[in-house]
Amino acid sequence: MEFILWLLFILPLASSALIHFALKQKFASLASKIGTISTFATLVIAILWLSDVFTTPESWTWISVGAFEATIGLVGDQLAKGMMIVVCGIGFLVHVFSLAYMDEDESKARYFGNLSLFMFSMTGIVLAENFIMMFIFWELVGLSSYLLIGHWYQKDTAADAAKKAFLSNRIGDFGFLIGILMTWILAGSVIFSEMDGNAFIGHGAYIAGAAVLLVFCGAIGKSAQLPLHVWLPDAMEGPTPVSALIHAATMVAAGVYMMARFFGSIGLEALAQVPAVEFIAYVGAITSLVAALMATQQNDIKKILAYSTLSQLGYMVMAVGLLEPNAGMFHLYTHAWFKALLFLGSGAVIYACHHEQNIWKMGGLLKKMPITGFTFIIGTLALTAVPFTSGFYSKEGILHAAHANDKPYFFWIAVIVAALTTFYMLRLIFIAFLGEAKDDHSKHAKEVELRMFGPLVLLAIMAFASPFVSSFIPANGFTPDTAFHANFVTAVSIGAFVIGFILAFLLYKGKKEDPINIPLFQNKFYFDEFYAGIVKWFQDLLAAVIHFLDEFVINGLLVGGLTRLAQGTGNLFRKYGQSGNLQHYALISGVGILLAIYFTVFSK
Amino acid sequence: MLTLALILIPLLAVTAILFSGSANARKIALVAAVLNIAASIGAIISECSGFSLNVLSNPNINLSLDLHYNGGISVVMLILSVIVTLAAVLSGSCPVGNEKLWYSSALLISAGAIGAFISTDLFFFFAFHELALIPTFLMIGILGRGDRKEIAWKITVYLAFGSIILLAGILMIANQLESFDMTKLKALEHHQNEIALLLIIGFGTLVSLFPFHSWAAPAYASAPAPVSMLHAGVLKKFGLYGLLVVGYKVVPDGLAHWLSLLLVLLLCNIIWVGLVTINQKRLDLMLGNSSVMHMGYIFLAVAALIDNGSSFATEAAVLLMFAHGISIAMSFSLADRIQSKTGSLELNQLGGLAKNAPNLAFLFGLVGMASIGLPGLANFAGEIMVFFSGFEGWDPADGLGALQITTIFAIWGVVISAVYMLRAFKNIFQGETVSRTDKVKPLSRKEKTPAILLGLILLIVGIYPNTILQFFN
Repeated sequence: MEFILWLLFILPLASSALIHFALKQKFASLASKIGTISTFATLVIAILWLSDVFTTPESWTWISVGAFEATIGLVGDQLAKGMMIVVCGIGFLVHVFSLAYMDEDESKARYFGNLSLFMFSMTGIVLAENFIMMFIFWELVGLSSYLLIGHWYQKDTAADAAKKAFLSNRIGDFGFLIGILMTWILAGSVIFSEMDGNAFIGHGAYIAGAAVLLVFCGAIGKSAQLPLHVWLPDAMEGPTPVSALIHAATMVAAGVYMMARFFGSIGLEALAQVPAVEFIAYVGAITSLVAALMATQQNDIKKILAYSTLSQLGYMVMAVGLLEPNAGMFHLYTHAWFKALLFLGSGAVIYACHHEQNIWKMGGLLKKMPITGFTFIIGTLALTAVPFTSGFYSKEGILHAAHANDKPYFFWIAVIVAALTTFYMLRLIFIAFLGEAKDDHSKHAKEVELRMFGPLVLLAIMAFASPFVSSFIPANGFTPDTAFHANFVTAVSIGAFVIGFILAFLLYKGKKEDPINIPLFQNKFYFDEFYAGIVKWFQDLLAAVIHFLDEFVINGLLVGGLTRLAQGTGNLFRKYGQSGNLQHYALISGVGILLAIYFTVFSK
Repeated sequence: MLTLALILIPLLAVTAILFSGSANARKIALVAAVLNIAASIGAIISECSGFSLNVLSNPNINLSLDLHYNGGISVVMLILSVIVTLAAVLSGSCPVGNEKLWYSSALLISAGAIGAFISTDLFFFFAFHELALIPTFLMIGILGRGDRKEIAWKITVYLAFGSIILLAGILMIANQLESFDMTKLKALEHHQNEIALLLIIGFGTLVSLFPFHSWAAPAYASAPAPVSMLHAGVLKKFGLYGLLVVGYKVVPDGLAHWLSLLLVLLLCNIIWVGLVTINQKRLDLMLGNSSVMHMGYIFLAVAALIDNGSSFATEAAVLLMFAHGISIAMSFSLADRIQSKTGSLELNQLGGLAKNAPNLAFLFGLVGMASIGLPGLANFAGEIMVFFSGFEGWDPADGLGALQITTIFAIWGVVISAVYMLRAFKNIFQGETVSRTDKVKPLSRKEKTPAILLGLILLIVGIYPNTILQFFN
């Protein structure tokens, strides 16, 4: 039965290759079905795997030369198995949703081919047994994300967003790769199960801390943490189901997953002696706060959800940095279902409103689209951590982890973010789903078809049920606490919800335009402008200066000098030989050979 | 004899082309290229013995060829040469009336490169490379684009300069060993530092090592497609090959003496030339500069070998030489198609080409991704090994050494490459179509064949690098 697990790779890869090279747009509807069926098959395998019916196959040696050994092999712990359920489960629902959402698209086949490529790549990250393999699939996920964000590549904004996503990730991967190299030497191996935590910290906390933070750079890029978060909101240029799958539930969570796997391999006891790890928690906390503030002033329904994703990823990263990776993974797991629900719900809304994404032009959608509306509200309840939803339990875990830390600001930032989350999500609900329709599109919006609302209903069920299906949870040695405790943390958490709710109710109930106006948040703290400035005034200017120096100084002096020297000789030849330039080229090389012969023969 | 055939086939074909009409030139060249692939496979599989012919007895110079003496290095270089030769013969569009020059040049460059890679005599090792340069200069001078005379002149002067310095180094080696026989190479007793410097500058100039690099980009941009493909893809690797099979054997300590210099220069190749590449406004110049930039990575592997005798740096360097050779040849082949279809390679004059020529966009995207080191394509396998070789001998107790710091900066090159390649792809293929691109047709079967051949090899080697690495065992 070893072969079965390789099917997790083979099926999506074969599907992608078949669609791209054989079916193409001519057989687009067949292509879409093949992609969906292959994802369903991987989901079945992933579910069966939970009960250990398959043995993990032996690794395959990709390269083995001298001390360099890179293998392709699978890990089969609960962390990986649970993550496969998330990837394949949400992947399948997104495929079904896409059947309807992308039905009319003129490049439907390319879309489904790239979706399969993504499933293949993501599987590789999840199942990677070593850092090199993870890096390989890490980059391939970057490629599929690039292709899917740029699906409508004729729009400049989409093409630019795709490029920006790839480059931001590359910057993170720069650090990631150095971190992998350092880990290779420090921990003695790139294979997760063979890393030696004591050796890793054996050369001192500074160098171990540097290695950890460099590896974390990879997560900063992939999981869109500050300061590399700028690509994720732009990535909303891609088709909405892609946003749900890649840019909310799975790929962006890969950074958190990678850190959890890495920390698990090194060992939390060893890492507790590396103070630099706390820096990770700061990055997460700041990201969660800044992103939540930005979300409060966005008007595009997908952008609100994108900033919300950033903010929730910040939570997860903070938990990892506080050395509670299981709390982070649990939140990753619950978040994946309800955020996919919210994104697909926004996709249904956008579809019904003829590609209108501005919430101020919507309104009253709950009545027009009751299934979409109610499932969207369920997703909102989970995201805002209303008791007895999945988000409540996982956020409790993070709040407890933050509260246990001796520095109080992690906890209070997390609480403020919780209140802000409630505020911006209810703002969205009040404006888009309640009140009155504000333009013709939303006035005539209709409920979407089964292939679209079916996934919404299933995801809505998971928004409640996910913590109770404990065999799905991607965390090693972890049982979720699904009891309701009346304690300080829970009280503050509920208090944060109430405050957020009341503020949103007072400010946005029945409003037709935004009563508050904070340019700093609307303009996303001017990060984009700042980076554009860096690119223009640093990278491009530096490149221009270097180009100038290269052309005129190096080329001018060195080559110029040589050329003049040679031309002088050439002129001599021309004078006496009356030959054209061309013969000179041959002559010069000929002279080389002649000189060689001369010296060889006569120098003796 | 099979070894000799590897050079004789293209040389005989050149003779045949010169004596037959222009009409048959392409066919003869194609047949020769295919035959040479067959001969190479035969020579590799049969592990045929070498060939030796005494040319001069005092000093003793032999035309000795041995494919297997340098182990995998020569074999891989041979495979690279014959594949790129076939693709080069299939690429570009020869101006009517120039068929004889066009196709015989391609075969001559190929014969020279192969000769250099399988010679086991220092004199012929050098002379074959020189032989290959002559048609390179001629093709640029006669059929090049733009300022062809000036560019041909520049590359001639530059490479002649490199060759002469190299020649001095080779003669000093032969003088000490009292032999041109490469099978007798061993660490020299005297003047290692001086000779090492001559080799670094000589070989370095031929591989466009900073600051001797500025001939490369304009020459590749001007040269007809087959010449850029063969020179950038194959012939340029001669310098690196020489450092590995000659330099490292005869002057290991001398090279170690100049290691810091080499590290600085190779870093300039990656970062300095990388920034120059970002600033290019024309695709062909961008590709030419990117090729210079990527030489830095291969030099990094050589540096790792010199620094810590890394157990896999040689393989890393050769794998990356192969991958780069295939990918740059494919890039130039496709750039030439873009030029002939749209009439321009100016990045700001193009756009939206993916809409009307999706197969061109796919193939260019594939090779673009290969050159920026996407896993699954050959270049990544080489690059990751190179980066690891930079850390192989690292002792954390000593802090970061010069080699590790260079490696870290070199990895930044991965970001630089992505910047210029994605920018170029966006400008040429994405966005709305413009007047130059709105009536373009997709690549025809004939036009896409060489790129598909090279692209498949990038994929195969990328997924299964042992196709190349097996020759080292």
